[in-house]
Amino acid sequence: MASLKNSRALSLRIPEPRFRPGETADFSNLNISEAGVMPRPEVDTQPKDMRDLAYGLVRVLDKDGQAVGPWNPGLDIATLKRGLRNMMLTRVYDERLFRAQRQGKTSFYMKCTGEEAVSIAPAMVLNHDDMCFPTYRQQGILIARGYPIVEMMNQVFSNALDPMKGRQLPVMYSSKAHGFFTISGNLGTQFTQAVGWAMASALKGDDRIASAYIGDGSTAEGDFHHALTFAGVYRAPVILNIVNNQWAISSFQGIAGGEDAPFASRAIGYNLPALRVDGNDFLAVYAATQWAMERARSNLGATVIEHFTYRAEGHSTSDDPGRYRPAQEAKLWPLGDPIERLKNHLIHLGEWSDDDQQALHAELVELVRAAGKESESHGTLHAGDRPSVKTMFEDVYKEMDWRLIRQRQELGI
Amino acid sequence: MNKPITKPTAATEAPETIKMNMIQAINSAMDVMLGRDPDVLVFGEDVGYFGGVFNATEGLQKKFGLNRCFDTPISEAGLIGTAVGMAAYGLRPCVEIQFADYIYPGYDQIVSEAARLRYRSAGDFWCPMTIRSPYGGGIFGGQTHSQSPEALFTHVAGIKTVIPSTPYDAKGLLIAAIEDDDPVVIFEPKRLYNGPFDGNPDNPVTPWQKIEGNDVPVGHYVVPLGKARIARAGNEVTVLAYGTMVHVAIASAETAGVDAEVVDLRTLSPVDIESITASVKKTGRCVIVHEATRTSGFGAELSALVQEACFYHLEAPIERVTGWDTPYPHAFEWEYFPGQKRIGAALKRVMEA
Repeated sequence: MASLKNSRALSLRIPEPRFRPGETADFSNLNISEAGVMPRPEVDTQPKDMRDLAYGLVRVLDKDGQAVGPWNPGLDIATLKRGLRNMMLTRVYDERLFRAQRQGKTSFYMKCTGEEAVSIAPAMVLNHDDMCFPTYRQQGILIARGYPIVEMMNQVFSNALDPMKGRQLPVMYSSKAHGFFTISGNLGTQFTQAVGWAMASALKGDDRIASAYIGDGSTAEGDFHHALTFAGVYRAPVILNIVNNQWAISSFQGIAGGEDAPFASRAIGYNLPALRVDGNDFLAVYAATQWAMERARSNLGATVIEHFTYRAEGHSTSDDPGRYRPAQEAKLWPLGDPIERLKNHLIHLGEWSDDDQQALHAELVELVRAAGKESESHGTLHAGDRPSVKTMFEDVYKEMDWRLIRQRQELGI
Repeated sequence: MNKPITKPTAATEAPETIKMNMIQAINSAMDVMLGRDPDVLVFGEDVGYFGGVFNATEGLQKKFGLNRCFDTPISEAGLIGTAVGMAAYGLRPCVEIQFADYIYPGYDQIVSEAARLRYRSAGDFWCPMTIRSPYGGGIFGGQTHSQSPEALFTHVAGIKTVIPSTPYDAKGLLIAAIEDDDPVVIFEPKRLYNGPFDGNPDNPVTPWQKIEGNDVPVGHYVVPLGKARIARAGNEVTVLAYGTMVHVAIASAETAGVDAEVVDLRTLSPVDIESITASVKKTGRCVIVHEATRTSGFGAELSALVQEACFYHLEAPIERVTGWDTPYPHAFEWEYFPGQKRIGAALKRVMEA
């Protein structure tokens, strides 16, 4: 068997992004389909007959702001404007809370800048009682569903009216009433839970579906694969969204294996249909969610959607993206910005203008400023009112047992 | 419709009981709950048509249908994770982890998720999920079919940990767990499935069916969580034990000729501090017995609790008799297992101290 001996020393590939700080990013290597070219299969198409959609890119808005092709959801003007407003409100909200963290009013914050469409379009497609299992970067769902901005801020400030009673890291919201599952900082766990929730809904003959989110980095977690296994095996009514924003803190998506095959293509081995979608195209995300929702509601099972987008800001307030990627990378992102693109679409339709945009922006800044003022009047992390310390011992169990009662006494409250 | 109200006769007042082994009692608990509550469902690896590798779910799929009792992929994290989602929806999943040794892939979903949904959402979501899993040694199961990982769960705020030692308790505790609105992990002493075990592998096992007093109601009843029972009354030394070790401890007291009071904890978290304290204050001595490895085992917690509550009543140092701090060794089962010899010696030591 000596002939099988390898004459060369083995070597290992350690993926590295193509550009680092100080270099100029160049995305010309990305294989980006033209808007309108990807076919829209019928929702009952067999996954094996639509594999190309895992490798292409569903896009509706072209560079001129026109909506083109079979995926154009044909939305009315009011819906388009609502989408634009929700996305802009989310961005203005993020900017204010980010500043609040820098001012020491909270410990931590996470923006979703550049990714607003990925949460807001699906939230507008789904019913409000369809349960979303978000990561920490889908605050847009709450905003689209009308959760009060002041309450969101109360959570971020851990103040006296914090609905999470000061127990959760900022941005880890929860609202069953808004179909928004309690966010976990343990990445990936919600993906399996969403499948379980959807299985429960189907077992009970309910009509609600689930929608789960995971990041490109966390697709490497076991939970991602458990979720796809169970969703495939039991044909659960769930939408499995992968938000590929290119970066997992400082690790580019190639570290999770995204360079060799698109994350959407992970679905193929589970016989789940996969859509790879321009995540900065509000209309494409909207249409893809409609397609997946119709499948789920028709007992055809789960759909995996990869939203191809870009995290335009740092991971959180705790990292400086300038230390691991070129400073101009966000500006050079070839799929642009979701707000700009939807705005241009409305302008193209003759329904909007730059002046309208500026006026709406000013209105939202004022709305968020007023909400901030109200929220801060109930306290911020280190100043003013906060939830009663006594509540720290509640909700560990439905009923407090002797241990917690004693420990609360020990704390002297 | 409008039947005349008749006084129940004496015969119908007493619940019907039959002799069950522990597996039958566990099966009966799930049978009763599947019948009573349409939100209860049972799933896990091999639990459906086949009825589970220990037959705990035998007949349930046939009786209640695929939607109520089904097989899952071999994915403990997946089946526990989906159960968390189902519980958050409002169902009461009762899942089987085939051996406690296999629970670790699902640990993150238990510790970071199930245990914390209620707390982190300030009561917006909660997780009424039950996990059943056979645990413990004495069956020549080697490293991967003998472990006692209870302390990994008692250390976690937000879950309850339960270990029965009789068929009656196994059924009543399992029903209590399924009805509980918080996540409960029940470890079932698989060495006791067929009959009590005195720790001497050379003695033939007497089946539960032949044990006097082993009468298990066929219908619904509850053994409340958080309540211990006195398995053997005594005055000289308190033995704190649970699961298989309850029976080994009783036999050890007999053979050592020590009048030990054996407290069967039944629920480890939250533990019944009142029963522990009352017994130790009465006897003034305490021996703690468990199969799990010693370091940071549940015995360490018990020892701390006893000295905190009973220090001035103690007439001897607290002793722990446990599995050694090694993985469970296949060929050295009986050197590892805390049998009558080691427990008896500890009982005598605390009596002589």
